[in-house]
Amino acid sequence: MQDRPTVHELLESLGRFLDEEIVPATDGRRQFLARVAANVARLVDRELASEEPQLDDEWRRLRAIPGLVAGDAEPTGREALRRAIAEATAELAGRIRSGEVDGEGPRRAAVLDHLRRTVREKLVVSNPAWIEADEGAEGP
Amino acid sequence: MKPEFIAERLVPFLEAETGASVRLDGLRSMTGGATREAFRLDAVVERPGRVAETHPLVLLVFRPGGQRAFGAREEFRLLEALGRVGAPVPRPFAAGEEALGRPFYLMERVPGEAIGRRIVREDRFAAAREVLPGQLARALAAIHRVPVEGDALDFLPGPAPGEPIAASEVDRLEQLYRAIAVEPHPVFEVTLRWLRSNLPASAPGAAPALVHGDFRIGNVLVDEQGLRAVLDWELAHRGDPLEDLGWICVRSWRFGNDRRTLGGIADREALFSAYEDAVGHGVDRAALRFWEIYGNLRWGVFTLVQVRGFLEGIVPSIELASIGRRTAETEWELLQLIEGRAR
Repeated sequence: MQDRPTVHELLESLGRFLDEEIVPATDGRRQFLARVAANVARLVDRELASEEPQLDDEWRRLRAIPGLVAGDAEPTGREALRRAIAEATAELAGRIRSGEVDGEGPRRAAVLDHLRRTVREKLVVSNPAWIEADEGAEGP
Repeated sequence: MKPEFIAERLVPFLEAETGASVRLDGLRSMTGGATREAFRLDAVVERPGRVAETHPLVLLVFRPGGQRAFGAREEFRLLEALGRVGAPVPRPFAAGEEALGRPFYLMERVPGEAIGRRIVREDRFAAAREVLPGQLARALAAIHRVPVEGDALDFLPGPAPGEPIAASEVDRLEQLYRAIAVEPHPVFEVTLRWLRSNLPASAPGAAPALVHGDFRIGNVLVDEQGLRAVLDWELAHRGDPLEDLGWICVRSWRFGNDRRTLGGIADREALFSAYEDAVGHGVDRAALRFWEIYGNLRWGVFTLVQVRGFLEGIVPSIELASIGRRTAETEWELLQLIEGRAR
């Protein structure tokens, strides 16, 4: 276990330094890139905070899609979990491509629901404002 | 390319082009793009016994390599053709290659703002935003009138003779996606299936038109009175004119002003109805929806292209790196559009 400051505190400090000291001291393209860098610091902060529950949720949803994941073996450790999710997602992409999820019906609805939740989890990390604009009125 | 080198080589080139004595003022680098460098300069043309003429110009120097459908001379010819139909484009001035050792052309430097965020948000463009939908529609109608048959613009990529336009665009986009994606994107797979089962029925024998290919806020010059010029022609091709109307509605070009579906400045319907007036016939809303969904997928695939440059270490820029995390924005919008939840 590391000493304070925490990763969150360090990244917050990095973002603030870029925003408050580098952005005002630069212009044009360099200023734009400094803003991008500050956003990256905040993105990494959000990712560290939410990655574990997001990976667990995504895997649980993939397992719930009938016939997508063979066997009952559960991946152990975060790397194995990432690999399992990547494989199941590649399999899902192939099935969509081959037309298995065309038309209407519960199977398509279940797959689209999973995809929407997965994309939502990506945006919670990369750009929360993007979904807030759509969910502001009606909630998630 | 160094400004001193350009100054030294460009003067004799322009003197030969104009048959007069030429002096360059204020030559300096502008923000270019991935495929070319841009410079601003004033060319002062002096003829004996006449008042000197000053031409405010932009010089575009094409970088070697790069994935480009056509080059500087071709783009120059395209601007000439656009000027002839009255489309608002910078007047082309001269094109060459030998003088700078790389293909280049010069065009009129039109004053105005190109930065989308400012056009969408700043108070000084409030009146411009009122008139832009009509101006953009009329500009598109003019662009789409440019004759693309014959030899003059034969460099423009497009569908093979007789090939249905929308299907061929989806084919080309899918090929690009398959070639560059490093991870699966199930939402893009859903979208490709949707596009293939919702291809707009083009009129039998409908000929392709000139399509700008990147027509959006950010690629047009705007001043307080509205549209001044349409820029950035490197993605021009022969295709379905409605592709341009769908592209400008892609959510990523709204600069955070998401409720205004036309580039963050107005409702998309303001563009569509003004375009119908300008071309003199109705436009199928289902086809426009198809092209907006196609446009969101196309931008999503373009984000994959850009991040590939970072992942392969070709362009180690933080901008390209962070674009990799923007793909999800297009995925979200695609699901919203396909499931009928988008604005």
